[in-house]
Amino acid sequence: MNKLEFVEQEFMRSDLPNFRIGDTVRVHVRITEGEKSRIQIFEGVVIARKHGGVRETITVRKNSFGYGVERVFPLHSTVVDQIEVVRSARVRRAKLYFLRQRRGKAARLQEIRRDR
Amino acid sequence: MVEGMIGKKIGMTQIFREDGVVVPVTAIEVGPCVVVQKKTIAREGYEAVQVGLVESSAAKNVTRPLRGHFQRAQVAPSRILREFKALVAMDEIEVGQEIRADAVFQVNEKVNVTGKSKGKGFQGVIKRHGAHGGRASHGSMFHRAPGSIGASAYPSRVIKGMGMPGHTGFRQVTVRNLEVVKIMPDKNVLLVKGAVPGHNGSYVLIRKK
Repeated sequence: MNKLEFVEQEFMRSDLPNFRIGDTVRVHVRITEGEKSRIQIFEGVVIARKHGGVRETITVRKNSFGYGVERVFPLHSTVVDQIEVVRSARVRRAKLYFLRQRRGKAARLQEIRRDR
Repeated sequence: MVEGMIGKKIGMTQIFREDGVVVPVTAIEVGPCVVVQKKTIAREGYEAVQVGLVESSAAKNVTRPLRGHFQRAQVAPSRILREFKALVAMDEIEVGQEIRADAVFQVNEKVNVTGKSKGKGFQGVIKRHGAHGGRASHGSMFHRAPGSIGASAYPSRVIKGMGMPGHTGFRQVTVRNLEVVKIMPDKNVLLVKGAVPGHNGSYVLIRKK
């Protein structure tokens, strides 16, 4: 372990579930408006996961009223309240950027059951 | 206790504030440091504390005169020695005493960080002095050249301090008013907001404002 990882260790969270690329997840996003804070849910497919200690992020893509929407979440941020895995899919690559070119039926992924 | 410490730059990362705002930080390994010598008015004509950085790998090629210097202080040889002003009475500081980050700095305090910047080699005026350069295309024949360096018959010479190409970087740079974001005493690590001069693993001096 290098020294930077050793430092980052302290700020990393361990309460996140195991999920993989292609999984459909529900990300509970903490939104602060002035004084109040509430939770918003963003549900979509994890199309990329960029590692790097506390700087790790995931990209979640969903279809919102016909438009593709992607959000990048810093996994160790307090903005992400929790992550639920809804279902898993069989995928053959680490980055599912090809989904951006597809729409409708072609943008589906084959579901697999995974015991968690 | 003393006004600053010697550290070693680990690298940059980011931490999240309570409200989710990302704070860019540089992690600096700060010793612990150890007092090697006290400079006194009676002997040296000024007061200061000479401090060495304690590292996991001890300095191997210590010259004989320096070895004696460390032996007199009863401390392990360190690769880097620097002097700092004492912030308490000199009697309260003892040779051989360990200096830890949590005893010197406080969270939210502003510090100045001095280091040797990354060497860039021989560079032109655009990188070195921030000249704008010319247009890249559309028939322009003036790209990155320095251009005019002064007037003609008067003064018939180039004014001193004119920015010219040359060796860039690898000089002492001080970044002022960096905020101490977190002190991790168990890991001997200091997190400072923003960037710090030098490459990872280079020595830096952290001084209180």
